[in-house]
Amino acid sequence: MTRHSFIAQNPAVLWFLLILAVFTIVVTLLSEAYGVAFISTSFVKTLGKTLCLCLVALAMDLIWGYAGILSLGHMAFFAIGGYMVGMWLMYARTEEIVVAALAQGGLPATPEEVRQGIATQIFGVVGASDFPPVWALAHSFWAQMALVVAVPGVLALVFGWLAFRSRVTGVYLSILTQAMTLALALYLFQNDSGLRGNNGLSGLQNLPGLGDVSQDALSVWFFWASAVALGLAYVLLTWVVSGKFGSVIRAIRDDEQRVRFLGYSVEGYKLFVFTLTAVIAAIAGALYYPQAGIINPAELAPIASIYLAVWVAIGGRGRLYGAVIGAAFVSLLSSWFTGGRAPSIPLGFYTINWVDWWLVLLGLSFVAVTLFAPKGIGGLFDLWQGLRSPDRKGAALGPDDSSLQEKEAVK
Amino acid sequence: MRRIILSLAAFLFMALPGLAQDQSATDILNTNRDLIEKPTRAKIAPVIAALAESGVPLAATVLGAWGDKGLGIRKSDGMFFLIEAGADGWKLRDLTGAEAGTAAKGDVLELRPNAGVRGLIATALVQFTLSDPDPAKRADALQSIARDPEAAHLEPLRASIEAEPDPALKAQKTRLEQLLTLRFDPDSAKRVAAIEGFGAELGLDVRGAINPLLATRQIAFAGDLPANTNLARMLDPGTDISDVEAYDLLVGAGMAPARLTVDEARAALLAHIVDGAVAGIPVTDLGIQANRDRAYTALEAAGAVPPAATDAEAAAAIAAHSFAEVYAEPDPAVTTAARAAMDRIDLTVGAMQAADLALDAISLASIYFLAAIGLAITFGVMRVINMAHGEFIMMGAYTGYVVQLFITNYTLSIIVALPLAFAVTFAAGVAMERLVIRHLYKRPLETLLATFGISIALQQIAKNIFGTQARPLTAPAWLDGALTFNDVLSISYIRIAIFVMAMMFLLFFLWLMKRTRLGLEVRAVTQNPSMAASMGINPDRINMLTFGLGSGIAGIAGVAIGLFAKVTSELGSDYIVQSFMTVVVGGVGNIWGTLAGAFLIGTLQKGIEWLNPSNTLAAQTYMILFIILFIQFRPRGIIALKGRAAGD
Repeated sequence: MTRHSFIAQNPAVLWFLLILAVFTIVVTLLSEAYGVAFISTSFVKTLGKTLCLCLVALAMDLIWGYAGILSLGHMAFFAIGGYMVGMWLMYARTEEIVVAALAQGGLPATPEEVRQGIATQIFGVVGASDFPPVWALAHSFWAQMALVVAVPGVLALVFGWLAFRSRVTGVYLSILTQAMTLALALYLFQNDSGLRGNNGLSGLQNLPGLGDVSQDALSVWFFWASAVALGLAYVLLTWVVSGKFGSVIRAIRDDEQRVRFLGYSVEGYKLFVFTLTAVIAAIAGALYYPQAGIINPAELAPIASIYLAVWVAIGGRGRLYGAVIGAAFVSLLSSWFTGGRAPSIPLGFYTINWVDWWLVLLGLSFVAVTLFAPKGIGGLFDLWQGLRSPDRKGAALGPDDSSLQEKEAVK
Repeated sequence: MRRIILSLAAFLFMALPGLAQDQSATDILNTNRDLIEKPTRAKIAPVIAALAESGVPLAATVLGAWGDKGLGIRKSDGMFFLIEAGADGWKLRDLTGAEAGTAAKGDVLELRPNAGVRGLIATALVQFTLSDPDPAKRADALQSIARDPEAAHLEPLRASIEAEPDPALKAQKTRLEQLLTLRFDPDSAKRVAAIEGFGAELGLDVRGAINPLLATRQIAFAGDLPANTNLARMLDPGTDISDVEAYDLLVGAGMAPARLTVDEARAALLAHIVDGAVAGIPVTDLGIQANRDRAYTALEAAGAVPPAATDAEAAAAIAAHSFAEVYAEPDPAVTTAARAAMDRIDLTVGAMQAADLALDAISLASIYFLAAIGLAITFGVMRVINMAHGEFIMMGAYTGYVVQLFITNYTLSIIVALPLAFAVTFAAGVAMERLVIRHLYKRPLETLLATFGISIALQQIAKNIFGTQARPLTAPAWLDGALTFNDVLSISYIRIAIFVMAMMFLLFFLWLMKRTRLGLEVRAVTQNPSMAASMGINPDRINMLTFGLGSGIAGIAGVAIGLFAKVTSELGSDYIVQSFMTVVVGGVGNIWGTLAGAFLIGTLQKGIEWLNPSNTLAAQTYMILFIILFIQFRPRGIIALKGRAAGD
């Protein structure tokens, strides 16, 4: 067996990186800060956010498309990543303001005064003036960045260990992850959760120490960072799914029982994938929310995770570029429709206003994709390359999923 | 009327000797003319009291007239008259009630007491109205006393009990007299007897009367407990009371100087900056608390700033004093009796609250059961994940709302809405099964997603039709109100109705599954569709009917839920996760499991809410965490199917 290089085995990686690089350069050249100002700063932010959504969709594709675990909790990890980075941003930014304000007072401020001032600024809105314990590390950039990865990682590890250990699979696992997301969201909605209740964290678009850099430039910087993260994650995940490891997780998706009987530690593989994807989702969130500027518990609502599944399904499960295409396509289309820019359709007796009807269209087209095009948009590439699944129409001849079907038996 | 007032007046003569006997109402009015013309609540009280006690038969009339803006002063001679608006100007009567001609509008100064003064007058009038011949007025007077009891009410109240002809009012008066006695009687033994007379009675009025007796305040003292204090308990600084609070008590009592606050220290230091330094310490070094303390101490030593307690001084001051909680009520016998009575009452209240909590839990469990029973069919029996189940509940509720738009009789509209909601959601369920779910029986994860797509679409369509604001679904009047056992324990009729409905559904489900041909076929198709088909059952038809049935029941549940929750397009999604939890926790495929699951979740949620009443969000969070853990230990739920029925 000849060894091929990684790129030769996965030509899609090269294409993907090429397209991403071209896209990044084009956006930079058209931006307000570094180019001809053809694209507004807010649209650069939208594009940067879309790249982050593509990143979390990659993670979702790995866990669902490859490992067959329909997690309805990955947007929770995404939001936790956002919260973790938001805590540092908010702390450091408020610190700058408070120190500046106290310096007016004549005496240099003591650390206690500064800390108290920050606490009052941040938590005044929920009627508290002390730092809750979860903010213990918020003053340190590196510690908080470590938490971006650590908190969702540990949460996914514990939850996944509990769930996989007791062999919760299939739809039960989906419902359980959804319940976890709901519990987290409800917890964060409380004012005494220590994260400002339903006010969430705000003002995240202002980077501490970079007060004199314009948002025009910052938006491009974040766009670059998101693009780099997406590119790296794509390469990493391609590497993960292309080796033996990838074969095992695909096998788990197709027949978990059989893989277990072959002697693989199914739970270990699932746990690794669950935790890895949670961490990737958190990093995506950490890049997303500074561009969005605000995060609140509504971002964790179970519906967000379901939209994530919708993107991946529409883009095409089980192929990494499918997830990216789905996320980019649906989220951009969604912002076009809900932004009120789509033309209304007058029907004479009723006018279809897309702001109201977009969700109906999305829901129904999602049903249609599930029913008629399980491969999603990515399936178009198969058509283009002339790949087709065998037509297995006809009734099954046995009770199992993999039993012969009528037409196959005739041949 | 006059005779009663006379006798009352005679009583007042005896009860209050030496007071205002020789003053007639007229004299009192005349001597206090200025005050009466422009009364203030604070100053007029003695005048009103004197009037009430003046014993003149017409004291009640005068006070009543004054309160009703029926008293005036003739400007020409300053005489007081009872005035009444006539055809042209005022009709006058003198204070004895005799006609005294008329006067033009401008000739008489009409007295208009403000609300505060009218309140005082009303209180003073109570003693007359307590013996009023009209029972309604007597009841009003009792209520007014109960609302705002005063020591002065006790004697007139006692006096009026004997002559009270109405037994119900007499009982009320006796009870109120006891409540006033325990608070205001000068005789300590009588108060104790009154307190003990109530036993462990739950009434809010009893608790309201006893509680003030137990009001405490915290004091600080050096050495022995001050005399004439009624000690509730000693306070140990650090355990019973925080050091900060203890020191604040000392400061409040003027027994120690105030603690130095950061702001004060800062202001003091700023005021004493000399050549960029405070007491020799450069300003640039004052960014450290220790340096600031040093600078302030130096200023203190120089006498430039007032002394203020540092932390060490505060600790010493706390150690040198004792702290105690004392009753505001000085009589120890009364407080002991009140404490004992309160303990008895608290015990009963606790028991009643436990019962109330249990009722709450049962009613919440019925709601969850009702929301989940449709799922118990589609998910529990058919193993089809229907994320649009919540939207079927929502459709049922909106059906009820639409029916009420056409049928205004609420009872009739509910009777029409229940079968109609079933029909609507049955049709929707059948359509969904035929169009979507049928193709996905072998792909459960995709069923989940496809039904979610439908759920998103249905929710948005409802929003487009009915708008985002909540729509009312009004319960018939006979479901209003609550079944009240006492001041603590009560349950609303709607919750009882929902409980009854949940039980009816349970019976219906059992009957359908165990006693009918359809149930038999459903169970057969669920276990092995191919085998069922070879026995002559049409699995397609059965699946369709079963799914329609589950959806139809969700619609009926929607009408019931809409009666107490607000009907919005998000009504269903509020219940969907809990419904799935109910079915999963209970054990899939077993209706008793769903019932047990609903009870477990309902009890748990109410229990957690009771532990942390301010926060229902936290209750839901902890409940979900509990369920996640519970599934660790019983992955198949409370009641797990065994053997072939388990399916795998």
